[in-house]
Amino acid sequence: MSAEGLAIPLQEKAAGYSWSLWQAQLLTILRLELKRNFFRLRGFWVYLLAFGPTIIIAAHALTSRGRCNLEQDTTILAGIFQVFYLRLGIFFGCMGIFTRLFRGEVIEKSLHYYFLAPVRREILVLGKFLAGVTAAILFFGAGVALSFIFMYGHIGQAGRQFVFNGPGLGHLGYYLLATALACIGYGALFLLMGIVFRNPIIPAVVILGWESIDNVLPALLKKFSIIFYLEPLCPVEVPVEGIGALFTVVADPVPVYIAIPGLLCISGLLLYYAARKIRSMEISYGTD
Amino acid sequence: MAHATDRLIVFENVSKFYGDVLGVNRINLTIGPGVTSLVGPNGSGKTTLMNLMTGLIWPTKGYCRVLGLTAHDPERFFRVVGYCTQFDSFAKGLTGREFIYDSLRLYGLNAQEATVRTNESLERVNMMDAADRKVAAYSKGMRQRVRLAQSISHHPKVLVLDEPLNGLDPMARAESMALFSALGKEGLHVVISSHILHEVDRISDQVILLNSGYVVAEGQIHGVRDEVKEHPMQIMVRCSNPGLLAAKLFAQDHIVEAKIHDDRKGLLARTRDADRFYSLLHQIVLEGELEIDAVAPADDDVNSVYRYLIGSEGATV
Repeated sequence: MSAEGLAIPLQEKAAGYSWSLWQAQLLTILRLELKRNFFRLRGFWVYLLAFGPTIIIAAHALTSRGRCNLEQDTTILAGIFQVFYLRLGIFFGCMGIFTRLFRGEVIEKSLHYYFLAPVRREILVLGKFLAGVTAAILFFGAGVALSFIFMYGHIGQAGRQFVFNGPGLGHLGYYLLATALACIGYGALFLLMGIVFRNPIIPAVVILGWESIDNVLPALLKKFSIIFYLEPLCPVEVPVEGIGALFTVVADPVPVYIAIPGLLCISGLLLYYAARKIRSMEISYGTD
Repeated sequence: MAHATDRLIVFENVSKFYGDVLGVNRINLTIGPGVTSLVGPNGSGKTTLMNLMTGLIWPTKGYCRVLGLTAHDPERFFRVVGYCTQFDSFAKGLTGREFIYDSLRLYGLNAQEATVRTNESLERVNMMDAADRKVAAYSKGMRQRVRLAQSISHHPKVLVLDEPLNGLDPMARAESMALFSALGKEGLHVVISSHILHEVDRISDQVILLNSGYVVAEGQIHGVRDEVKEHPMQIMVRCSNPGLLAAKLFAQDHIVEAKIHDDRKGLLARTRDADRFYSLLHQIVLEGELEIDAVAPADDDVNSVYRYLIGSEGATV
């Protein structure tokens, strides 16, 4: 058990713990979590959520060459993004990724290894969150970007004109920004759910219900949903038709300069609460 | 200023309740360097005590400190504490080497330092050959050893081991016992819980007997045994004339029983006062009336103390 030959004894390192140690620990947690939990076959269903629409759009591109309408396809892409990606794909993908970060380790009885390491639990929360956000943005960002490419790639000259000389690239930027913010917002929410609840599925269903009825909520209550801050970032408005239009409550959209920091603040608060909860968390696998 | 308790593991009036269920109650303990064994039946509170010591659970009342530190300050605490838990589980897909290396990186070690310490701890538990195989393909004993390697890899001053001999074959068990003993002699605080009492007995400097969440007895095993007055001490004597010895013993008021061995080359005596027994034996030898081949206490081991205090056979092999 001699420490000879090693540059700095561990106890001495402890005395000087600092930002550099926290940074090294964050990077280690990020690396470990990405290696252990993501880019693995068991995450197949997340890939499906991220790339399912891409496959459908690619099939549409292959089968409808020369019979395309730029305006119609722009609206379809906006619909896919707002209805599928924001309300379902990213929601369920983040639920799967982020609730697993702590609850999954409790189920696999491996969380105690982190708790027995010289890592502040707040750093652990942040490290796991960053790993989840990295994976979610990579998957869903790639899915959205590929969907965009396939949607406009097959239109020909008009498509290229729209993307490179029109508002196309701006749309893509907003879609990716909304995707990243959705991953951050839902990620923080589901990470907290995974810490607070033994079975996060039930609260997740309640949140899904709440987010789904956002359109019909009074203006004040809308502010307590994540989708409310994401919708203003969507570059193309999707018209609500049929019976849904009857119940829709029109509220003033949040300006982008409030939506982005607002969502980041909410995410920060959720993470702060998760960090507080994790400090008092106990390992009791037998009862979970 | 350093306090004396900064070199000890201290439990002060610690209680832990799981809802209405008692884990441990009003525990007051100080544990010094060397090997300390926690002994008790299932559900007696051994694992609860270890989990409280290492911050995996928090006390309902009281506090515990390890070398003056608590798990609320994990950056300092877990550099001096290593805990090999009973949980036989690992993150998926790791090899034994990765498992230890990854955990060392969390200490802020660079890749080279972590590699050196990983190899060192793997060698210490004789796992170098299997280090690059997936942990999922390990036998139970190998998993136990790799967890042990991980818990000592950062050179802790306090090593907590929950049932560390479970699943080990006799050879690995002997090697592990030798390792714990060596670590104890190096000045580490080694706290072990085990059901294999006769093996733990050999290396323990101190035992803590637990039952139903309470500390029943603590201290050096011989001292604890002396305190158990209601069970007379058993002493085995091998000698040339056990009949004569038995006759002399029965003249003493502290002798409860003397049973001559079937081979008539010794006897088993039960006495309420071991000191007077040994004085008498010494006197008999000096008088030259019989030759003594061997004298040994027959029940001042952990197993006997456990049986007397807790009331059932505790030892398993």
